[in-house]
Amino acid sequence: MKFLSQLISGISLGSIYALIALGYTMVYGIAKMLNFAHGDVIMVGAFVVYTACVKGGMNPVLGVLLAIVFCTVLGVCIERLAYKPLRQAASLAVLITAIGVSYLLQNLALLIFKSDTKQFSSVVMIKPVTVAGLTVSGEIIATIIVSVVIMVALTLFVNKTKPGKAMRAVSEDKGAAQLMGINVNGIISLTFAIGSALAAIAGALMCSTYPALSPYTGAMPGIKAFVAAVFGGIGSIPGAMVGGVLLGVIENLSKGYISSQLSDAIVFAVLILVLLIKPTGIMGKKMTEKV
Amino acid sequence: MADVMLEIKKINVYFGVIRALRDVSFYVEKGEVVALIGANGAGKTTTLHTITGLLKPASGSIFLGGVDITKTPAHKIVSMGMAHVPEGRRVFSLLTVEDNLRLGAYTRKDKKEIAESMEEVFTSFPRLKERRSQTAGTLSGGEQQMLAMGRALMSKPSILLMDEPSMGLSPLFVDEIFSIIEKIKKQGTTVLLVEQNANKALSIADHAYVLETGSIAMEGKASELLNDERVRKAYLGA
Repeated sequence: MKFLSQLISGISLGSIYALIALGYTMVYGIAKMLNFAHGDVIMVGAFVVYTACVKGGMNPVLGVLLAIVFCTVLGVCIERLAYKPLRQAASLAVLITAIGVSYLLQNLALLIFKSDTKQFSSVVMIKPVTVAGLTVSGEIIATIIVSVVIMVALTLFVNKTKPGKAMRAVSEDKGAAQLMGINVNGIISLTFAIGSALAAIAGALMCSTYPALSPYTGAMPGIKAFVAAVFGGIGSIPGAMVGGVLLGVIENLSKGYISSQLSDAIVFAVLILVLLIKPTGIMGKKMTEKV
Repeated sequence: MADVMLEIKKINVYFGVIRALRDVSFYVEKGEVVALIGANGAGKTTTLHTITGLLKPASGSIFLGGVDITKTPAHKIVSMGMAHVPEGRRVFSLLTVEDNLRLGAYTRKDKKEIAESMEEVFTSFPRLKERRSQTAGTLSGGEQQMLAMGRALMSKPSILLMDEPSMGLSPLFVDEIFSIIEKIKKQGTTVLLVEQNANKALSIADHAYVLETGSIAMEGKASELLNDERVRKAYLGA
């Protein structure tokens, strides 16, 4: 029984990592950059929900929608202002800029909300469910359902729709995509918009399950989600999903059965092992050289 | 110069401090096949990339049907009627043949017309129809070249730029590719053809230009260049 409950909350935590990892992996796939400010967009999303719902008494659903809109705009603006001018620059310059944006967001949050941890109240209105003596919280149920719906929708979007196919074309060959008439900058903006919207949802779900919010709330889940994306094969959408869920399950089971202090160490050790055996990650594509 | 489709006026292109193109000027008349031949590194691909906006010239200008497109971004060129089959084919290997073709028609709206163009491409390239649901990466080199050409034709271009379509293909496929280029010409599409296989290119072209280390060294009727002593020595191996 303990195992089952650990497993379910691991899947729930992993779904949140997966939602964040999708943003990392899509941006990497399209823009070939690591957006280290992505984790902090989660924090911004959570603060928007906090301000609107906990402080302002707004309906939780509306609060989450507001956070989605806010983060989408924020993500597109970050790309336009910070990363787009560096499109031709060395990747190291872009990486350092991303870290800079991350600190900027954290410090803006510090300035506005101060450093003390805020008590977040759940946006989930589902009652806990008890099946055969096992109680599952409404937050866990909501997280898993929302994540599954998003992952299915995103997979359909990328594989079946015209903008989705254009995204895959840009990810494979930007020059050839332009020759098709695809506006590469537009596709990059779209990618940041989707990734940031997912980060807002992840932020709301995460702070509902683990109700503590500070300007640094996004940092650790951001790094874990990055690990999940690499774990699954960076650039691969199914990889981010599998990597995220696996990471959450491994983390939770280590917490439950080995040591809660060592759980992060175990997670990173597993990453190192996976990369030693399969450097491209679980579902990573082998890069074939073009002749 | 009665009916000029494409005109290039004194373009200069730099890669850092290296001048890759020096005052290159030429024009392509409507309905013609114009060949641009030259050795490796002469600047043929650079010329095509500059025409479709993937590279920007430091000076000079490019006109498509009388409209200045020198500063037009690459993704807006295709809807102006110019398609580019890039060197090395550059098909989207993880997408299916059909999705590749659909991306060729990315800027077109009318679903029925797109379906008609798809049927036309399948008639010209029956092999692509057989393999429509395969990913492009699983095709042979010749099939990928056909896909790259079909993908470009999906935009219904009035002028088609082709970069080394015969590169790396077996002689059988080379013949097939060239007979398709002749067919494209017959259908009224203007073609600017870049080729290392000068013999083949000159035999189907109307006009030709010879590019040497970044500038136009010779020009003339393709049939005349084919018999020119210098061209024969340098490019035809005779």
